[in-house]
Amino acid sequence: MKKIITMLVAAAMAFSVTACSQESSQTDSSTNSTGTSAKAKIYYLNFKPEIAEVYEEIAKAYQQETGVELTVVTAAAGGYEQTLKSEIAKAEPPTIFQINGPRGYAGWKEYCADLKDTQLYQHLTDKSLAITDGNGVYGIPNVVEGYGIIYNDAIMQRYFSTPGAKVSSMEEIRSFETLKEVVEDMTAKKEELGIQGVFASTSLSPGEDWRWHTHLANIPLYYEFTENDIDLSGDGVNTISLQYSRQLQNIFDLYLNNSVTEPKLLGSKQVADSMAEFALGQCAMVQNGNWAYSQISQVDGNTVQAEDIKFLPIYTGIAGEKDQGICIGTENYLAINRKVSQEKQQLSADFLYWLYSSETGKDFVVNRLGFIAPFDTFTPSEQPDDPLAQEVIRWMNTEEVRNIPWYFTIFPNQAFKDDFGATLLQYAQGSKNWDQVTQTVVTRWTEEFGS
Amino acid sequence: MEKTLKKYFPLFLLPTLLAFLIAFLIPFGMGIYLSFTQFTTVTDAQWVGLDNYRRAFTANQDFRNALWFTVKFTIVSVVTVNLFAFLLALFLTQGVRATNLFRTVFFMPNLIGGIVLGYLWQLIINGVLRYWGVDITFSANYGFWGLVVLMNWQMTGYMMIIYIAGLQNIPHALTEAAAIDGASYFQILRHIILPMVMPATTICTFLTLTNSFKLFDQNLALTAGAPGKESAMLALDIYNTFYGRIGYEGVGQAKAVIFFLILALIAFVQLSLTRSKEVSQ
Repeated sequence: MKKIITMLVAAAMAFSVTACSQESSQTDSSTNSTGTSAKAKIYYLNFKPEIAEVYEEIAKAYQQETGVELTVVTAAAGGYEQTLKSEIAKAEPPTIFQINGPRGYAGWKEYCADLKDTQLYQHLTDKSLAITDGNGVYGIPNVVEGYGIIYNDAIMQRYFSTPGAKVSSMEEIRSFETLKEVVEDMTAKKEELGIQGVFASTSLSPGEDWRWHTHLANIPLYYEFTENDIDLSGDGVNTISLQYSRQLQNIFDLYLNNSVTEPKLLGSKQVADSMAEFALGQCAMVQNGNWAYSQISQVDGNTVQAEDIKFLPIYTGIAGEKDQGICIGTENYLAINRKVSQEKQQLSADFLYWLYSSETGKDFVVNRLGFIAPFDTFTPSEQPDDPLAQEVIRWMNTEEVRNIPWYFTIFPNQAFKDDFGATLLQYAQGSKNWDQVTQTVVTRWTEEFGS
Repeated sequence: MEKTLKKYFPLFLLPTLLAFLIAFLIPFGMGIYLSFTQFTTVTDAQWVGLDNYRRAFTANQDFRNALWFTVKFTIVSVVTVNLFAFLLALFLTQGVRATNLFRTVFFMPNLIGGIVLGYLWQLIINGVLRYWGVDITFSANYGFWGLVVLMNWQMTGYMMIIYIAGLQNIPHALTEAAAIDGASYFQILRHIILPMVMPATTICTFLTLTNSFKLFDQNLALTAGAPGKESAMLALDIYNTFYGRIGYEGVGQAKAVIFFLILALIAFVQLSLTRSKEVSQ
């Protein structure tokens, strides 16, 4: 009896080892055999949970118009890589997925089809936005977003009318010095203004700290790379010196010291807390992007009027920031899975083109998804009307300012960002000083690029 | 009859064996295989030999720190959970009024999911620490004791039920005879009750040991490793390794295999140790 069990177990083990090699060859052959099936299905793995329901409707509409079945699966917030890793290994992998920039492309290289000949790429307004490698195009941005300091104009107007206000309009705030004066004066007058702090909580709970280690850090690093003429696709990005570390500290200190929440309590604050504070009028400013509008408007008891929600550039005290705008770019790139059949790749490309060019598709994109789409199929009037998206468009079209691109897509990886966020929390709690923060960021950057 | 049973048992065993094969043995075998490879998805992998195992320890301190933190946590929580569970079980077999109500109440935390518990306790602990102007992410010690409290709250009720079953199995004649012979309560406890509940102790220490060692969701929800990675336990560290860096999937897998080996070894030693103390009636 024991022998039989031993044999069965041994057989099972042997089977499991061969199973791995078999499976990979299976997917290859299925690529060819299912290639001609009439009812092909395509599968889109969505990155943004906040718009998951809209995609369900898009799938229905698309099936009605074309008969092609579209499955949309949405990954949980912050869990896209995890979901993609397991989904793409299945027999029916996603045919369309998203990568978050050059670093994301590096990880998914094997799976990204060349999109150079797709119709969607032909209509991309600014071809330099796409992710390219050699002659190929592997990721097409599908949305342009912007972030900065979101402020509540109603509270700012109230401040301007107080006696001894440092400035009398938002246009006068064009540098970190002015911003600091205004913010500190507002903190002194917070009872009068009816706020608990100028800035919403600096959310530093692990996983909720991306507004700082990614978005805020983009600014000093943008200046560093630009000033030193670093080629972003070259090896020059493998080390940084964080030369504008002091300026990063300037703005971070300003956030911490004029906040709704005590610095030592920030380790449990989440982005949703900060957005709720802003929506309830407990603070006047919060650093975030235009995607946050849905979050602001959905808070119960929201007191902020849509027309009062505006963007201010993030000033840090770096020389020449007078003409600096907000940060505009994208980390949403569409990619088509190279390892599915040619037919499915074509169907996927067709769907994407339909979504960003047909009347039905564009209506979904503009009015339901609220995307500012970077394609010339959209006329200037076909843009989302939520106040923050409008603000992004306004900043994009303001000639005299220089908007900052999103360089954080070349940050090494999540491990680097997590450590950066953790040291910012320790700085806020007072257990590390700023030199240690700088040290951590600089060394971890190199380490992660080396690994 | 015997003979035919012997002859055909593999056939009847087949469905279960197949399920075991698909849901356990194959993934397990693949997991071990993948720990020797560099891979992005489980279906395409390149053999790299022992490189992942080397990198698990040399790439950074995280794995060693997490291992030490986990060991400390496991020791403390195994002792406290079993102590409290046994005392509660003793108390609730004395015929106290509303015994059933108490048993239900103590058991209930075990029915709540780990993530929910983690967030609940985070709120409670932060609410208390607020008086000192800090929160749970301030120091790894807060995270450590927070986890111990959480673990006790969750596991004690479950272990208590097992101990109660063990206590109720002790023949009344034994304790009565001892009492008539003039043994004090503590002598009865030491020489009759404790040896007789040893089977329950075996299963309880096994459950608390493995559950503490493998703790993941409570850790994730309560501190997520903050500050830094100082309060990250092994399972969380493996998860972070796997998903945090491109090209580190294999290293995460190697850590998981090491994790399995350590856990299997500890559980084996513990089982044989407590088993040897068991007595038959």
